[in-house]
Amino acid sequence: MRDALHAEWTKLRTLAGTWWLLLAAAALTIAVSAAAAAAFSCPPGACAAGPTGADPAKISLTGVDLGQVVIALLAAGAIGGEYGTGMIRLTLTAVPRRLVAFTAKALVTAGAALAAALLAVAGSALAGWVILPGKGLSAAHGYAPLSLANPSDLRAAGGSVLYLTLIALLAFGVTAAVRDSAAGIGVVLGVLLLFPLASAVIPDQALARHLEQLAPMTAGLYIQATVGVQSLPLTPWQGLGVTAAWAAGALILGAAVLRLRDA
Amino acid sequence: MTAVAPYRSPAVPGRDGFAQTLRAEWTKFRTVRGWVIGTLVAALVMAGVGLLAAGGGRSACQAVGVGANGQPESGSGSSCQPSFILGPDGEPVADSFYFVRQPLTGDGSVTVRVTSMTGLLPPDHPDNAAGPFDSVHGVEPWAKAGLIVKENLSQGSAYAAILVAADHGVRLQWNYTGDTAGLPGPVGPANPRWLRLTRSGDVITGYDSADGTHWTRVGAVTLTGLSSTAQVGLFTASPDHDQMTANFGGGVSGGGGPTRDTAVFDHLATADGWTAGPWTGQYVGRPEIPGVVGFHQAGGQYTLTGQGNIAPVPAGHGGPADASATVTDYLLGTFVGLIALVVVAGLFVTAEYRRGLIRLTFAATPSRGRVLAAKSVVVAVAGFVAGLVGAAAAVLAGEAITRARGYYAFPISGTAEARVIVGTAVLTAVASVLALAIGAIAARSAATVAVVIVVIVIPYFLAATAALPLGAGDWLLRITPAAGFALQQPYPAYDQVTMLYSPFSGYFPLAPLAGLGVLAAWTAAALALAAYRLRRRDA
Repeated sequence: MRDALHAEWTKLRTLAGTWWLLLAAAALTIAVSAAAAAAFSCPPGACAAGPTGADPAKISLTGVDLGQVVIALLAAGAIGGEYGTGMIRLTLTAVPRRLVAFTAKALVTAGAALAAALLAVAGSALAGWVILPGKGLSAAHGYAPLSLANPSDLRAAGGSVLYLTLIALLAFGVTAAVRDSAAGIGVVLGVLLLFPLASAVIPDQALARHLEQLAPMTAGLYIQATVGVQSLPLTPWQGLGVTAAWAAGALILGAAVLRLRDA
Repeated sequence: MTAVAPYRSPAVPGRDGFAQTLRAEWTKFRTVRGWVIGTLVAALVMAGVGLLAAGGGRSACQAVGVGANGQPESGSGSSCQPSFILGPDGEPVADSFYFVRQPLTGDGSVTVRVTSMTGLLPPDHPDNAAGPFDSVHGVEPWAKAGLIVKENLSQGSAYAAILVAADHGVRLQWNYTGDTAGLPGPVGPANPRWLRLTRSGDVITGYDSADGTHWTRVGAVTLTGLSSTAQVGLFTASPDHDQMTANFGGGVSGGGGPTRDTAVFDHLATADGWTAGPWTGQYVGRPEIPGVVGFHQAGGQYTLTGQGNIAPVPAGHGGPADASATVTDYLLGTFVGLIALVVVAGLFVTAEYRRGLIRLTFAATPSRGRVLAAKSVVVAVAGFVAGLVGAAAAVLAGEAITRARGYYAFPISGTAEARVIVGTAVLTAVASVLALAIGAIAARSAATVAVVIVVIVIPYFLAATAALPLGAGDWLLRITPAAGFALQQPYPAYDQVTMLYSPFSGYFPLAPLAGLGVLAAWTAAALALAAYRLRRRDA
């Protein structure tokens, strides 16, 4: 297993695209978060802190919406690229126990995603901390500055890092199942975006709420909420658990396909 | 030794033209199972979301009627089947106002001076410092007072009016949707506004003046088939205050309530054939509310207090027609269908690089630009057909299901509906070509798909779900290729009705053709770069 991990790490680290993608994920996330914070303005008469007020943590972490696309791309490419080039046959010759190869690759990919996510979330939180007090979310309106000492802010930031890592695993599992990086990324983004869309168009409120509880993106991003948590369909950690369940399902499916089909 | 004739293929030399390249590319496209499936999936997803929006269960219908602004309210009808008042062109309208009127026959003119407009706003208005239960003094921006010529007293009948709007100056408005601006600026004792309407057959002309001497013609409108005897007089109306904020999922939460405006008129005079008798007050479309709306006359001064609105009811979420199903709802699946088309169009070129087929393609057709053109035509046709079938199925089946289940489908003209369906097909076609061009530039499938999704699908998603602040979302829909989604706007946005005109409700910051222009410009730029890269790069 150690050797398999080392081999996968060498492959990932020596690909030219990997470092660019990791940097792009962090840079895009931070840029979008900073832009969202800069574009924020208090709705008239609704700037006071409270259950219906603005959510500084969530605004600061808006960039995760876009960063997840790059993270998913990285993960899809990590396994899809091997199918594209035929490298998978060499990989499985070197490590004939397919589940070991699969696990090693998934761990290395998740580790890379985790590193990029840490950078992205730290930068986003910093941008929010700098920008938002100037946009009306200041102590004067009852908003405490973003701080990792605040348990809910810490949960939002740490949960966002975990969320991005889970999205990487979801994309990894799906791409392993469809064995093509482009199709994999299409399926992952389709699934992520379809649920919020469906729950928005369904007129039945109860059904829409159930769909939100099942949606890997909507439910997972509850982890970012620090305001109005009581009115969410799930608690933040339950929501992240939904994303984790999707990632686990995708990994099981991908592992099964790898185990059962000829490469 | 006998000379052996060199081998010559017995086949007749084929023609080497664009048609042959096109045929070759079409054959490649239709014989790869995954690509055909992907195209079908795009159409199916679009249609599926349409059916979901129409048939996905709806909360129990509540009994409601139509309020002063056209919004459903308790009384009659139901939330599933609100009975909107329809205007002369069949569109839902609000038509209730306080009217001081008399029937006048033939041609003539009426003139009046407006000297003040004041009003009351609901207690939860943000300007309210008094307390949670007290109304606050102020005038709703689109509160109106002026002169009107109206076919009859039933709601929804044809009219033309020259009026002062509290924050929007003098306007000539007609038949609910028409609106032309006259003198700007607010009205008050120091700056009164003189208004005049003249009738000549079916043509009503509106004039305004700041001093009663120097008149300006604001415009003339034709009310086809206006009866020779029409209702003429003064009116005031003040639309409900709506406090709206966008939140995630595109939903809109609002507060607000009814408002009132009081206008003071004098120098009321008829001329040019009309001779006025006594004026009668009436609250059109609503039961009288003593002490709330009404008028009193003192000498030549008329003071009218009114409530309600004379305006179109815009489609969309958060507005009065919130409960009705719209073409926008049926078509929300377009961007997910687009993801499937982007994957197919991207792979259509990148798969050739991966397999090395690109070398054979260029050996057969050395003109690389021609290959790019042929591939573009193929994905454009595939994208167009998928979009057309998906959109047509979503809209037509969505409407049929909505009606069959007894719910209210917001009315739309056949031409507008056809324009939106074809517009959706054009959107998916051009976006597919964009994906192809980026695929030719990047030559890597996953990167292509991710880039195209980031530049066209994600901006639309972020703007439509209000994940971004409204202003930022609007800018994304102006400058990114996602501007092309403007082709899907089914209903016009009305400047004269305050509502949150959001992309989620089907309103875009650019006009449909301007949005297409932005998408087409990006696509053309990408194609040019792709042609350059194909020529320069070894295959």
